[in-house]
Amino acid sequence: MEQVFTISGTTMTVHLPAELDHHNSEQIRKEADQLIRTKNIRRVLFDFSRTVFMDSSGIGMIIGRYKTMRFMGGMVAAVCVSEQMRRILTLSGIYKVIDIYEGIPQQMHLC
Amino acid sequence: MQQNQMKLEFDSRSCNEGFARVAVAAFMTQLNPTLEEVADVKTAVSEAVTNAIIHAYEGKVRTIVISCRIEGEELYVEVQDFGRGIPDVALAMQPLYTTKAECDRAGMGFAFMEAFMDHVEVTSVPGEGTQVRMTKRISHDREE
Repeated sequence: MEQVFTISGTTMTVHLPAELDHHNSEQIRKEADQLIRTKNIRRVLFDFSRTVFMDSSGIGMIIGRYKTMRFMGGMVAAVCVSEQMRRILTLSGIYKVIDIYEGIPQQMHLC
Repeated sequence: MQQNQMKLEFDSRSCNEGFARVAVAAFMTQLNPTLEEVADVKTAVSEAVTNAIIHAYEGKVRTIVISCRIEGEELYVEVQDFGRGIPDVALAMQPLYTTKAECDRAGMGFAFMEAFMDHVEVTSVPGEGTQVRMTKRISHDREE
Protein backbone atom coordinates (compact mmCIF):
# COMPACT_ATOMS: atom_id res chain seq x y z
CA MET A 1 0.00 0.00 0.00
CA GLU A 2 1.24 3.46 -0.86
CA GLN A 3 2.27 5.73 1.96
CA VAL A 4 -0.52 8.08 3.06
CA PHE A 5 1.37 10.33 5.48
CA THR A 6 4.80 11.86 5.14
CA ILE A 7 6.30 14.26 7.65
CA SER A 8 9.11 16.76 7.23
CA GLY A 9 9.82 19.03 10.18
CA THR A 10 6.46 20.36 11.32
CA THR A 11 4.78 19.81 7.95
CA MET A 12 2.66 16.75 7.32
CA THR A 13 1.55 15.83 3.81
CA VAL A 14 -1.54 13.65 3.52
CA HIS A 15 -1.43 11.80 0.20
CA LEU A 16 -5.14 11.33 -0.34
CA PRO A 17 -6.39 8.11 -1.99
CA ALA A 18 -8.08 7.93 -5.41
CA GLU A 19 -11.51 7.91 -3.78
CA LEU A 20 -12.15 10.03 -0.71
CA ASP A 21 -15.49 8.93 0.73
CA HIS A 22 -16.81 8.18 4.22
CA HIS A 23 -15.05 4.82 4.32
CA ASN A 24 -11.60 6.24 3.50
CA SER A 25 -12.04 9.53 5.37
CA GLU A 26 -12.63 7.73 8.66
CA GLN A 27 -9.30 5.94 8.46
CA ILE A 28 -7.37 9.04 7.45
CA ARG A 29 -9.04 11.08 10.19
CA LYS A 30 -7.95 8.72 12.97
CA GLU A 31 -4.37 8.43 11.79
CA ALA A 32 -3.98 12.12 10.95
CA ASP A 33 -5.17 13.23 14.40
CA GLN A 34 -2.80 10.83 16.08
CA LEU A 35 0.15 12.20 14.08
CA ILE A 36 -0.85 15.86 14.55
CA ARG A 37 -0.95 15.29 18.32
CA THR A 38 2.29 13.39 18.68
CA LYS A 39 4.55 14.94 16.01
CA ASN A 40 4.08 18.65 16.75
CA ILE A 41 2.61 19.29 13.29
CA ARG A 42 2.00 22.93 12.34
CA ARG A 43 1.12 22.59 8.68
CA VAL A 44 -1.04 19.99 6.96
CA LEU A 45 -0.99 19.70 3.17
CA PHE A 46 -3.69 17.60 1.54
CA ASP A 47 -2.20 16.22 -1.67
CA PHE A 48 -4.96 15.57 -4.22
CA SER A 49 -2.70 14.34 -7.01
CA ARG A 50 -4.17 10.81 -6.90
CA THR A 51 -7.73 11.81 -6.08
CA VAL A 52 -10.47 11.49 -8.68
CA PHE A 53 -13.52 11.22 -6.40
CA MET A 54 -14.58 13.07 -3.25
CA ASP A 55 -17.91 13.55 -1.50
CA SER A 56 -19.01 15.56 1.54
CA SER A 57 -17.34 13.06 3.88
CA GLY A 58 -13.99 14.17 2.47
CA ILE A 59 -14.98 17.81 2.98
CA GLY A 60 -15.94 17.04 6.58
CA MET A 61 -12.60 15.35 7.21
CA ILE A 62 -10.66 18.34 5.83
CA ILE A 63 -12.75 20.89 7.76
CA GLY A 64 -12.17 18.88 10.92
CA ARG A 65 -8.39 18.97 10.48
CA TYR A 66 -8.60 22.68 9.61
CA LYS A 67 -10.35 23.33 12.93
CA THR A 68 -7.74 21.36 14.83
CA MET A 69 -4.85 23.16 13.13
CA ARG A 70 -6.41 26.60 13.54
CA PHE A 71 -6.86 25.90 17.25
CA MET A 72 -3.14 25.08 17.46
CA GLY A 73 -2.11 28.11 15.41
CA GLY A 74 -1.24 26.05 12.35
CA MET A 75 -2.46 26.00 8.77
CA VAL A 76 -4.00 23.68 6.19
CA ALA A 77 -3.81 23.77 2.37
CA ALA A 78 -4.92 21.61 -0.55
CA VAL A 79 -2.41 21.03 -3.36
CA CYS A 80 -2.41 19.34 -6.80
CA VAL A 81 -6.17 19.92 -7.04
CA SER A 82 -7.75 18.92 -10.37
CA GLU A 83 -10.63 20.76 -12.02
CA GLN A 84 -13.11 18.10 -10.90
CA MET A 85 -11.95 18.23 -7.26
CA ARG A 86 -12.00 22.02 -7.38
CA ARG A 87 -15.71 21.88 -8.24
CA ILE A 88 -16.41 19.96 -5.03
CA LEU A 89 -14.16 22.17 -2.91
CA THR A 90 -15.78 25.30 -4.34
CA LEU A 91 -19.32 24.03 -3.88
CA SER A 92 -18.62 23.19 -0.25
CA GLY A 93 -17.36 26.71 0.51
CA ILE A 94 -14.18 25.27 2.03
CA TYR A 95 -12.04 27.45 -0.31
CA LYS A 96 -12.98 30.40 1.91
CA VAL A 97 -10.93 29.03 4.80
CA ILE A 98 -8.17 26.97 3.23
CA ASP A 99 -5.86 27.75 0.31
CA ILE A 100 -6.29 25.59 -2.77
CA TYR A 101 -3.54 25.17 -5.36
CA GLU A 102 -3.52 23.50 -8.76
CA GLY A 103 0.11 22.51 -8.35
CA ILE A 104 2.54 22.86 -5.49
CA PRO A 105 3.45 26.46 -4.52
CA GLN A 106 7.19 27.10 -4.42
CA GLN A 107 7.34 27.82 -0.72
CA MET A 108 5.71 24.46 0.04
CA HIS A 109 7.67 21.32 -0.39
CA LEU A 110 5.81 18.06 -0.46
CA CYS A 111 7.72 15.54 1.49
CA MET B 1 -37.95 5.27 -26.28
CA GLN B 2 -35.13 3.73 -24.33
CA GLN B 3 -36.18 2.03 -21.10
CA ASN B 4 -34.26 -0.02 -18.58
CA GLN B 5 -34.10 -0.72 -14.87
CA MET B 6 -32.01 -2.39 -12.18
CA LYS B 7 -32.20 -3.05 -8.46
CA LEU B 8 -29.36 -3.51 -6.01
CA GLU B 9 -29.51 -4.77 -2.43
CA PHE B 10 -26.45 -4.67 -0.19
CA ASP B 11 -25.20 -4.49 3.40
CA SER B 12 -24.84 -1.05 5.00
CA ARG B 13 -21.07 -1.41 5.35
CA SER B 14 -18.93 1.60 4.51
CA CYS B 15 -16.81 -0.50 2.14
CA ASN B 16 -19.94 -0.82 -0.06
CA GLU B 17 -20.12 2.96 -0.68
CA GLY B 18 -17.66 2.67 -3.54
CA PHE B 19 -19.41 -0.39 -4.93
CA ALA B 20 -22.81 1.34 -4.91
CA ARG B 21 -21.73 4.48 -6.78
CA VAL B 22 -19.69 2.53 -9.33
CA ALA B 23 -22.63 0.18 -10.00
CA VAL B 24 -24.96 3.12 -10.66
CA ALA B 25 -22.30 4.80 -12.81
CA ALA B 26 -21.97 1.60 -14.86
CA PHE B 27 -25.75 1.39 -15.30
CA MET B 28 -26.00 4.97 -16.56
CA THR B 29 -23.31 4.57 -19.23
CA GLN B 30 -25.99 3.46 -21.73
CA LEU B 31 -27.19 7.08 -21.65
CA ASN B 32 -23.82 8.11 -23.06
CA PRO B 33 -23.14 10.63 -20.26
CA THR B 34 -20.22 13.03 -20.02
CA LEU B 35 -17.53 12.34 -17.41
CA GLU B 36 -18.91 15.25 -15.43
CA GLU B 37 -22.43 13.81 -15.42
CA VAL B 38 -21.08 10.46 -14.22
CA ALA B 39 -19.12 12.22 -11.45
CA ASP B 40 -22.25 14.12 -10.40
CA VAL B 41 -24.34 10.96 -10.09
CA LYS B 42 -21.56 9.10 -8.25
CA THR B 43 -21.30 11.89 -5.70
CA ALA B 44 -25.07 12.03 -5.17
CA VAL B 45 -25.31 8.23 -4.72
CA SER B 46 -22.36 8.28 -2.33
CA GLU B 47 -24.07 10.94 -0.21
CA ALA B 48 -27.37 9.05 -0.01
CA VAL B 49 -25.71 5.72 0.81
CA THR B 50 -23.45 7.33 3.42
CA ASN B 51 -26.50 8.91 5.07
CA ALA B 52 -28.16 5.50 5.28
CA ILE B 53 -25.05 3.93 6.85
CA ILE B 54 -24.29 6.69 9.34
CA HIS B 55 -27.67 8.15 10.21
CA ALA B 56 -30.36 5.58 9.36
CA TYR B 57 -28.56 2.51 10.70
CA GLU B 58 -25.98 4.26 12.90
CA GLY B 59 -23.29 1.73 12.04
CA LYS B 60 -25.47 -1.38 12.39
CA VAL B 61 -25.31 -3.72 9.40
CA ARG B 62 -28.70 -3.82 7.69
CA THR B 63 -29.90 -3.56 4.11
CA ILE B 64 -29.80 -0.69 1.63
CA VAL B 65 -31.72 -0.92 -1.64
CA ILE B 66 -30.91 1.10 -4.74
CA SER B 67 -33.35 1.10 -7.64
CA CYS B 68 -32.43 2.74 -10.93
CA ARG B 69 -34.54 3.39 -13.96
CA ILE B 70 -33.88 4.93 -17.33
CA GLU B 71 -36.73 6.46 -19.28
CA GLY B 72 -35.64 8.20 -22.43
CA GLU B 73 -33.00 10.70 -21.36
CA GLU B 74 -34.02 10.63 -17.71
CA LEU B 75 -32.13 8.70 -15.01
CA TYR B 76 -34.03 7.86 -11.82
CA VAL B 77 -32.14 6.73 -8.73
CA GLU B 78 -33.83 5.71 -5.52
CA VAL B 79 -31.89 4.93 -2.34
CA GLN B 80 -33.93 3.25 0.35
CA ASP B 81 -33.18 2.23 3.92
CA PHE B 82 -35.28 0.71 6.70
CA GLY B 83 -33.62 2.56 9.55
CA ARG B 84 -34.59 5.14 12.12
CA GLY B 85 -36.03 7.71 9.72
CA ILE B 86 -35.80 11.51 9.74
CA PRO B 87 -38.20 13.38 12.05
CA ASP B 88 -37.90 16.71 10.18
CA VAL B 89 -36.86 16.27 6.55
CA ALA B 90 -36.86 20.01 5.72
CA LEU B 91 -34.48 20.70 8.60
CA ALA B 92 -32.23 17.75 7.69
CA MET B 93 -31.94 19.06 4.13
CA GLN B 94 -30.69 22.49 5.18
CA PRO B 95 -27.06 23.03 4.22
CA LEU B 96 -24.62 22.64 7.13
CA TYR B 97 -27.27 21.04 9.34
CA THR B 98 -25.90 17.89 10.94
CA THR B 99 -26.69 15.77 13.96
CA LYS B 100 -23.19 14.32 14.00
CA ALA B 101 -20.81 17.30 14.00
CA GLU B 102 -18.52 15.44 16.41
CA CYS B 103 -17.93 12.83 13.70
CA ASP B 104 -16.67 15.51 11.27
CA ARG B 105 -19.83 15.47 9.24
CA ALA B 106 -20.00 18.58 7.07
CA GLY B 107 -23.81 18.71 6.91
CA MET B 108 -23.67 18.87 3.13
CA GLY B 109 -25.01 15.50 2.03
CA PHE B 110 -28.42 16.67 0.82
CA ALA B 111 -26.96 19.96 -0.50
CA PHE B 112 -24.57 17.94 -2.68
CA MET B 113 -27.40 15.69 -3.90
CA GLU B 114 -29.43 18.76 -4.83
CA ALA B 115 -26.45 20.43 -6.50
CA PHE B 116 -25.54 17.43 -8.63
CA MET B 117 -28.99 16.07 -9.54
CA ASP B 118 -31.89 17.86 -11.23
CA HIS B 119 -34.43 16.82 -8.64
CA VAL B 120 -34.23 15.33 -5.13
CA GLU B 121 -37.20 14.19 -3.12
CA VAL B 122 -36.99 12.71 0.37
CA THR B 123 -39.74 10.84 2.17
CA SER B 124 -39.16 9.45 5.63
CA VAL B 125 -41.16 7.76 8.36
CA PRO B 126 -39.51 7.73 11.81
CA GLY B 127 -38.90 4.14 12.86
CA GLU B 128 -39.56 2.77 9.37
CA GLY B 129 -37.00 4.26 7.02
CA THR B 130 -36.14 6.81 4.39
CA GLN B 131 -36.41 6.98 0.62
CA VAL B 132 -34.32 9.40 -1.42
CA ARG B 133 -35.54 9.77 -5.02
CA MET B 134 -33.31 11.60 -7.45
CA THR B 135 -33.53 12.29 -11.15
CA LYS B 136 -31.11 13.67 -13.69
CA ARG B 137 -31.57 14.32 -17.38
CA ILE B 138 -28.64 13.11 -19.45
CA SER B 139 -28.98 15.16 -22.58
CA HIS B 140 -27.72 13.91 -25.93
CA ASP B 141 -28.05 17.32 -27.60
CA ARG B 142 -24.47 18.29 -27.01
CA GLU B 143 -21.65 18.75 -29.39
CA GLU B 144 -19.10 15.99 -29.28
